Amino acid sequence: MDLSYSEQYEAYRAEVASFLAANWPPQGAEQEVSQVEQASRFRAKAIEAGYLARAIPKRYGGSEQDADVLKAQIIREEFARAHAPGEVAGIGPGMLVPTLLERGEEWQKEKFVGPTIRGEIVWCQGYSEPGSGSDLASLQTKAELVGDEWVINGQKIWTSGAHRADYMFILCRTEPDQPKHAGISYLLLDMKRPGIEVRPLKQMNGAADFNEVFFDDVRTPADWIVGRRGEGWLVSRTTLKHERNMIGNASRTGMLLGGLVNLARRTTRNGKRGIEDADVRQRLVELEGYIRAHEYSSYRLLTKAAKQQDAGLIQMMNKLNGTNIGHRAAQIGIDLLGDQSLVAPNPQRTVGPIEGTAWVNQFMWSLGTSLAGGTSNIQRNVIGERGLGLPRDEAAQRSK
Amino acid sequence: MNFDTSEEQDLLQDTLRQFAAQECPPNRVRALFDGDEALDLDIWQKLIELGMGGIAVPDEYGGAGLELLDLALAAEVLGETAVPCPFLGHSLAGLAIQLCGSELQRKTWLPKLASGEVLGSVAFAESASEDGAGGWQPEDWTLAAGDRLTGTKAFVPVGTRSDLIVVGTAGAGLALVEVGAPGLELTDAGGIDRTRHLANLSLRNTPCEPLAKSGPPVGRLRDAALVLLAADAFGGASKCVSMSVEYAKTREQFGVTIGHFQALKHQLANMATEVEPSRALYWYAAHAYDHIQEESERAAALAKSHITSQYMQVARDSVEAHGGIGFTWECDVQIYFKRAMFDRAFFGAPAVHRERIAQMSGW
Ligand SMILES: Cc1cc2nc3c(=O)[nH]c(=O)nc-3n(C[C@H](O)[C@H](O)[C@H](O)COP(=O)(O)OP(=O)(O)OC[C@H]3O[C@@H](n4cnc5c(N)ncnc54)[C@H](O)[C@@H]3O)c2cc1C
Repeated sequence: MDLSYSEQYEAYRAEVASFLAANWPPQGAEQEVSQVEQASRFRAKAIEAGYLARAIPKRYGGSEQDADVLKAQIIREEFARAHAPGEVAGIGPGMLVPTLLERGEEWQKEKFVGPTIRGEIVWCQGYSEPGSGSDLASLQTKAELVGDEWVINGQKIWTSGAHRADYMFILCRTEPDQPKHAGISYLLLDMKRPGIEVRPLKQMNGAADFNEVFFDDVRTPADWIVGRRGEGWLVSRTTLKHERNMIGNASRTGMLLGGLVNLARRTTRNGKRGIEDADVRQRLVELEGYIRAHEYSSYRLLTKAAKQQDAGLIQMMNKLNGTNIGHRAAQIGIDLLGDQSLVAPNPQRTVGPIEGTAWVNQFMWSLGTSLAGGTSNIQRNVIGERGLGLPRDEAAQRSK
Repeated sequence: MNFDTSEEQDLLQDTLRQFAAQECPPNRVRALFDGDEALDLDIWQKLIELGMGGIAVPDEYGGAGLELLDLALAAEVLGETAVPCPFLGHSLAGLAIQLCGSELQRKTWLPKLASGEVLGSVAFAESASEDGAGGWQPEDWTLAAGDRLTGTKAFVPVGTRSDLIVVGTAGAGLALVEVGAPGLELTDAGGIDRTRHLANLSLRNTPCEPLAKSGPPVGRLRDAALVLLAADAFGGASKCVSMSVEYAKTREQFGVTIGHFQALKHQLANMATEVEPSRALYWYAAHAYDHIQEESERAAALAKSHITSQYMQVARDSVEAHGGIGFTWECDVQIYFKRAMFDRAFFGAPAVHRERIAQMSGW
């Protein structure tokens, strides 16, 4: 066991740090342009230097570096330390790009990968439907091949960012005669096509990040399909493998504790500062136990990934663990706020540490994260069945 | 960057698991749990032969010269297999002498502890208290130091069969007393965990040998103790999960194994999700003790408070998962339940260490 990095990696860290020192934050004339432009100029340099878009071939706009999870971790750490922009966030770079690289046609990669990782085009994910959530494979939105175009009819729901997206990757039923998993195709779609209607859905916290999307004879070219007809389920699952790249992401849960401690220092409880209250102190440390266990487990995942070994059970728990921590933290936050929790919060999500009444927003958002991307119960099914080897759910088996 | 155990460490754990399967399988554990003997010499002798007397004792004193992490990995397996043995007290006695003893004291005692010639234990708590503070912490020890000791100590592991006891004294000091010395009396304390019997110690003008160093090295001893308890708790908690999972795969109701029922499946998944991340928490605490000293005190307290409370909860959940049989004396779950009660309270309840951490954080 050794938490330090070898000399070779420390040298690499120094390289990254000196790149950052020279390039972020922007100096002189570079400061004149907008923040978005600053970030995108910086990213271009970082790709050029081999620090971002590492898994992506040069011909698609990436930096095509050898897979090395330790270098990737060092880059994340150093970029975070310098508050420098990392990879463009979102499901386009996070889910679509890895899927295209593995399953896409050459022209698809050429057309979409570069602009997506540069943040020039934005994607949304059209999976869930009113009747198909956890049981996603039962989805009914259909696409029929008419001439050289797919014609899409149906409805998606909970589609995050559909109102801002340029494109959607969408699961549609194309083979109605096949069993449910085998009848789905993975299509790409330009959101400006006629027949698409996006209606915002107001969330419980007052924001409207997700939407309903209606499709009325919406056309997309026949070759805007990833994988073959009927392989959509499989294609959508390839993305799951890439979750591994998201390891080491315990940093957000770590930030929760710092935010709570600040809040406890500023609020009062039983006539004392919250932080002096015996019960608050106990709860904060209890939370810290969960947070550190999660954080150190991410070191375990990192080590296993570096050795190309399967981490087993702990990997399957990553999401449930993270969301459980989010719930616990939010609960403490709301208790510390006392009567301030009666005031409606600003519904925008905070990026850095959560401050003040933003905890009311977090109190709600923590529920969103435990639903999106597979609910906690679905995670428990996976842990129970694949992790612990318990019998598969009979009802789910029957509905094949 | 390598946050994983080495092949040698995996081998150490495998060897111990094999030992437990052959020499002390569950029926033997149950028999010992029911018996009145605080020590099964046969099992302890064999553990000594495997090197369990001196894993962390430096090689110049006859030990294996390994780290606290290695000791903790052994503690995990002993926690998982519930082998009744004096490993905890004996290891802590060795660590105490190593950390606080003079060269002469080390030379005198460590080889004997490593070889098993002498069975060591520790006496820290001063009284059974309601808040779980109970005079466990070195800052709270009041027994007057000197060449002779007079007073009482509580909860000495396997005390009635020990030869040498390291006693905590006022001013965060330590002193050695030999069993058989005048005025020394050990009586069984009726401990709840019958795999680790506890004794009460009474001293009346008993000659002792103070260890050379007090203060900070005694704090290190506490950290080591907390890590070993956390490791034991992790092993036991994992075992509670696996016993419950196995039971769910064999017990049938309504014509199917009960693992088919999602309510139970989810309970089991929750138990596993509580426990498994804590492996990294105790590893980190042990590693910090060995290599990141500035984080050691905090990491040890965090691991102990977190994992022993989880162990307790998961042991309770296991009783439920087993149904009526889980509530019986005959079922192994009750043994782990009581080991959980030991790990939770020994050297201070979770709340005590959480408050220590809050103070260390400057809150
Ligand atoms: C903030 C947010 C953003 C989202 N963004 C997107 C997006 O961008 N694109 C997209 O396609 N979708 C998105 N979703 C949808 C999300 O994936 C679904 O909400 C989720 O998969 C659950 O489906 P559902 O809402 O239909 O709930 P249901 O599946 O109806 O579940 C309702 C309850 O039943 C439980 N349940 C269901 N099946 C089982 C089972 N087999 N065993 C045990 N319990 C079960 C669930 O755990 C849940 O508690 C988003 C959701 C949220 C909250």
